[in-house]
Amino acid sequence: MAEPYVELKSVSKYFGSVVALKDVSFDVCPGEVHCLLGDNGAGKSTLIKTLSGVYTPDEGEIRVQGKPTRFASPADTRNSGIATVYQDLALVPLMSVARNFFLGREPMRKFGPISQFDADFANRTAYDELSAMGIQLRDPEQPVGTLSGGERQCLAIARAVYFGAKVLILDEPTSALGVHQASVVLKLIVQSKARGIGVIFISHNVHHAYVVGDRFTLLKRGRSTGTYAKGEITRDQLLNLMAGGKELVDLEQELAKSARNGSA
Amino acid sequence: MVSETSDERVRSVSRLSRLLSRPELGAAAGTVLVFVFFAITAGGSGLFSAKGIINFLEVSAQLGILAAPVALLMIAGEFDLSVGSMIGFAGILIAIPSVFWGWPIWLSLLFTFAVCGGIGALNGLAVVRTGLPSFIVTLGSLFMLRGLTLGLTRGISGRTQVSGVHELALHDPLNSLFSGQVFSGLIAWLADIGLIGKRADGLPSISGIPVSIVWWIVLTLACTWLLTRSRFGNWIFAAGGEANAARNLGVPVARTKITLFVMTALAAALFAAIQVLVTGSADTLRGTQKEFEAIIAVVIGGTLLTGGYGSAIGAMFGALIFGVVQMGIFYTGIDTDWFKLFMGAMMVIAVLFNSYVRNRAMRSR
Repeated sequence: MAEPYVELKSVSKYFGSVVALKDVSFDVCPGEVHCLLGDNGAGKSTLIKTLSGVYTPDEGEIRVQGKPTRFASPADTRNSGIATVYQDLALVPLMSVARNFFLGREPMRKFGPISQFDADFANRTAYDELSAMGIQLRDPEQPVGTLSGGERQCLAIARAVYFGAKVLILDEPTSALGVHQASVVLKLIVQSKARGIGVIFISHNVHHAYVVGDRFTLLKRGRSTGTYAKGEITRDQLLNLMAGGKELVDLEQELAKSARNGSA
Repeated sequence: MVSETSDERVRSVSRLSRLLSRPELGAAAGTVLVFVFFAITAGGSGLFSAKGIINFLEVSAQLGILAAPVALLMIAGEFDLSVGSMIGFAGILIAIPSVFWGWPIWLSLLFTFAVCGGIGALNGLAVVRTGLPSFIVTLGSLFMLRGLTLGLTRGISGRTQVSGVHELALHDPLNSLFSGQVFSGLIAWLADIGLIGKRADGLPSISGIPVSIVWWIVLTLACTWLLTRSRFGNWIFAAGGEANAARNLGVPVARTKITLFVMTALAAALFAAIQVLVTGSADTLRGTQKEFEAIIAVVIGGTLLTGGYGSAIGAMFGALIFGVVQMGIFYTGIDTDWFKLFMGAMMVIAVLFNSYVRNRAMRSR
C-alpha cells in the first residue's frame, strides 16, 4: 500500500472537560477516498479542524509525508497541499465564476509600470479547469449565484485542485444536494482520486460514501470505532455501525407498538 | 470516457442581455430620460447652452468627486455618513491655519489631507475592530466632526465663517490644482468656429472648463479601473459580497475596508479644497447633507445597499442626474423647493429598478 500523504496518530483534543477526540488515528493516501462517517457531535468537525490546522492536537501527532508536522495556521496547512472545502464553500455569489476561482490569488498582467487583473487568463482557466472536471459553464463571467448547488461544490473543488491540493478535505459535500446534483459531485470525487489526489470525504450519508469510498472510518463520541476497507464491510453493516442504525430499529419497534396500542 | 457533447442548455449570451445586467444600466437610462425631460420643458431657457452645461456639470462634478469613492466603499458593504461633516471640517482646516497663523496655502492643504486621511483610517479601524455597523460608527463621526468644526472655528475666530483665502491663494503653487479653469484655448477655438456662443463683447460665453469637472472624470475613471481591473477591486467586491468567504481565501478584508474609508475621507477633503479655493472662504456648515446626496447618487448608479455589487460609472451618472435636475428645475422656473421631492422619488424608483435588474442578472443565463 502507498505511503499516506497525511496521517493523524493517536490524536486527542479536549475543550475544557469535554473530550472532543480521544486516541483517534486516521490517514489518507494519494489516489484514495477515505470516508469519515459519524453522527452529529461524533467529533467529525473537530477532526477536520485538526487536519486543516485550525486546532492543534493536545495529544498525538500529525505527519505529512511521514514527517511529524505542526501546522501554524490554516494557511500553513494549505501550503503543504492540504485543502479544506467547507460547507459554505468560500464563494461570493454576486461575483463571476472566474473571479471566484482566483479570489485572493488573482493572476496579474503587467502593462509597463501598472499591473492589472488578467481577466482573459482567469476566464479561460476557470472555464478549462471546470470542463476538465465535467462541468460545462455557459459563461465564465456568469455570477456564482446562478450556478446550482452541485456546480458550486464542483467549482470549490476544482479551485482547490488547480491551486495544488494533494489532499482534499470535503465537509459534507453532498448533504444539501438533490440526487442528481449529488451524483455530479460524487463523480468529481472519483475524478480527483484518478488524478492521484487523496480525498477525505466527510459524510453522514452511508449511501453516498459507500459508492466512492475505498476505506471507511467511523467516529462515535470522539472515538474511532475502527477503519474498514471496502472489501471488509457491506453497506448494511456500515449502516448498522453508524449511530442511528440501532436507534432506527428501536424507533421502528416503538412506533409499531404505539400504533398497536392506539388502535386497541 | 464520455465524449465531449455540448450541453443543450448552452446558449450564447447575447451582447444585449449582458448589457442589460450591468449595474449602471438604470442610471444611464435615467440620465437619458432626465435629459429628454428638460430638453422639452427647458429647451429654450439656456440649460443646454455652453454656460448652462458648465453650470450643471459643476454641480455634478462636486457631488461626483464624493460619489466615486463612496460607491467603492458601499460595494465593500460599508457606509460613510461622516463625509458631509468632513467637508466642513476640512474647509476650516484649510482656512484657519492660512488666515490666522500665516501658513502658506499649500501647507494647509497638505495638513488637511493628512488629518482627514487619518480620521478616515480611524473610522475604518473603529468599524473593523468593533464589528459595529458602519452606519452607526460614522453617524457618530458625523456629529463629532460637525461639533468639532463649530467649536474650533468659534474658539479661534469668534465666528462661524472664515474668509480671506482668495488673496492668500492667489500665488500659491497648488491653487490652480483646485480652482480655476482648463482648456481655455480649446474653448476659445470652439467659440471661433461657432460651436459655442459669444457674449456681446466678443468673448466666449464660458472661458474654460472648471478644474473640478476634470477631477470628477479622472476620479471616476480611476475608481472604475480599481474596481474592475485591479486586484484591490476583486477584494472590494468580495469584502462586500461575502466577507467570511473572502477572509477564508486570504483576502485582507479589514485592510481593504480601512483603505476605502481613507479614500472617502480624502475625497471629502478634495471637495472642501475645491470649494474653499473657488469661493475664497470656509464655513462650518459646508457639506451639510452631502453624505446623503452621495449615497443617493451611488444608489441611483446601481450599487446595492447591502454591498457586493455596483459601479463607479453608475455613480457618475447618478451625480450627473443630480446636477441636471437641480439646475434644470431652476431653469424651467419651477420652484426649487420641489428639488428634494424629485430626487428622493428618483432614488426610490432607481432602487426598485436596480433590484429588478439584479434579480434578472442572478436568474437568467
